[in-house]
Amino acid sequence: MPSPSYPAGNFVKDRHEGFRILEYTLLGIIMMAVMLLCVCAGSVSIPVDDTITAIWNTIWGQPVPAGISQSIIVFVRLPRVLCVALVGASLSLCGGAMQGLLRNPLADGSTLGVSSGASLGAILAIAFGITIPGLPIGGTVIMAMLFAFMSLVLILSLSYRLDFSLSTNTIILMGVIFTMFANSIISLIITFSGEKLKSIMFWTMGSLAGSSYQNALILFIALAVFGTLILRFAKELNAFAIGEDNARHVGVNVKKVKFAVLISVSALIGVCVSIGGTIGFVGLVIPHMTRMIVGPNHKRLLPISLFLGATFLMLADLLGRVMLNPLELPIGVVTSFIGSITFVIIFYQSRKAG
Amino acid sequence: MPEKSLIHPVDSCMETQDKLLDVRNLTVRYGKTTIVNNISFDLQAGQWLMLAGPNGAGKSTIVNAVSQGTPYTGRVYFEGSDAARRKPSDLARSMGVLTQDHNVSYSFTVEEVVKLGRYAYSPGIFSSTDDEDEKSIHSALELTGMLPIRQQSVLTLSGGELQRTFLAQVFAQNPRLLILDEPTNHLDLVYQKQIFGLIKDWVRDSGRAVISVVHDLSLAKAYGTHALLIDHGNMVSSGKIDEVLTRANLEKIYSMDVYQWMENLLAQWQN
Repeated sequence: MPSPSYPAGNFVKDRHEGFRILEYTLLGIIMMAVMLLCVCAGSVSIPVDDTITAIWNTIWGQPVPAGISQSIIVFVRLPRVLCVALVGASLSLCGGAMQGLLRNPLADGSTLGVSSGASLGAILAIAFGITIPGLPIGGTVIMAMLFAFMSLVLILSLSYRLDFSLSTNTIILMGVIFTMFANSIISLIITFSGEKLKSIMFWTMGSLAGSSYQNALILFIALAVFGTLILRFAKELNAFAIGEDNARHVGVNVKKVKFAVLISVSALIGVCVSIGGTIGFVGLVIPHMTRMIVGPNHKRLLPISLFLGATFLMLADLLGRVMLNPLELPIGVVTSFIGSITFVIIFYQSRKAG
Repeated sequence: MPEKSLIHPVDSCMETQDKLLDVRNLTVRYGKTTIVNNISFDLQAGQWLMLAGPNGAGKSTIVNAVSQGTPYTGRVYFEGSDAARRKPSDLARSMGVLTQDHNVSYSFTVEEVVKLGRYAYSPGIFSSTDDEDEKSIHSALELTGMLPIRQQSVLTLSGGELQRTFLAQVFAQNPRLLILDEPTNHLDLVYQKQIFGLIKDWVRDSGRAVISVVHDLSLAKAYGTHALLIDHGNMVSSGKIDEVLTRANLEKIYSMDVYQWMENLLAQWQN
């Protein structure tokens, strides 16, 4: 057998795939620090120690000293920052999982059209007054989840029909077309919405600005349930990322894994969209950056994307809040700005490589 | 080597137990088109069966059906039980597949790809690789000559190295039946010989067998013990390699003197 010499530059640094406590502790600390920063900073800056005192005292039911604006910290900023972090974590996890499953670095809720599908569901829920008793947002959440799943199934089956290997072009084209389709129906609903117009517009323009602890709790539960399910399939996603046929050949139950991951991803995206609106490209940018740092192994890619996604979205939200102070930029504008540039870079790289 | 006739009378069902693979009345249809038409064959340990025939004959479809990758009618008995009823991970512990194309788009290392060959032995997320896994991965890497570059990204490999990586993966999987779907199509002769040489050594171990889809008849003749000749989804001939790849049979399906080409090219596989 010929043994050619291999240039040293081609070697990838030794990668361990196991759980590294130090790494995650560090990421957790960074995330908490950013969270604290985001609660402190804003149109009114609040000193860190005041912030900590206000949160601490509220948790333990003690009175907050006069001079510290408890309402801003505890009832406005903290729930918002928590929601932003949870949405960022969820969307990044979903993006990472989709990119593995479909073996496509450009797959994401926004590029595949799943987010638009979820928006359509949410708006339908508002227009037809679908609610769950005791949980006003419940109807919107459920409808968004349902529509996210249906659109994902539709987009993927259409793409499969066209091109079994699910190439980048096919799938992105389908996503774009589906987004246009969903948006046209949304416009149609808005036109005929009558007295519901106000609440629909409120939702459409709504961002995470008015987030409550209830929203944070819903996001947390969704992430805990579906996020865990996705993380459980890290090994299988590695197999899918190498190739779906290969996954089947090494013994992965391809149908089961695909179904479970698609359900989880659309449920999570549905919850995020119904609460925070469409926030594009987070699920694209974060897993891509993470993959560049730690490699494509999902056992590390997914959990690290989770932390980085939360941190990134909190910073993007902060940027939107302070950049044009006192005006506030919607968070989706910030992420789309960064995300579309990243999209172009990845697309060029992948076209050159392929 | 004790060898029985490969042609299996469809009606006698008693012998399924001693055969590694027993395919009966396999038919595959896509819509109204029949791709594979009522094909039966079997395979015993130690045999290397070559599926030969012109392009579009249905060779790949047959192995796809055997590995449960495409819907079919008929029965595929593997190790004495119906393959369709076995769990994917259970099946993968005794059946491995090496295909032609690998469009890897992420920079996994060689070792990460090979490690996936052990998936079927510990499918859960919490099961870590044990000593036996490590041993299998190491020896697979060593056997295929990939050990020195096990940390290299698969995106930087040449065609031959990439194919050796996936060969190492399927070796790590430690199957009894290895299915090859033209794995060396894009490779130079040197690398083709390298891959087939490795598989030839591999199949010597007891209890193992290989099915290959080939379009190169000289290759079929050089490595195969048995052959199944197919044309337009129908079986033309099956049995020992020399009895199948005859001038008469080949002329029937290729309608030209392919036999002489095969004989002429045979020398290229011999060292």
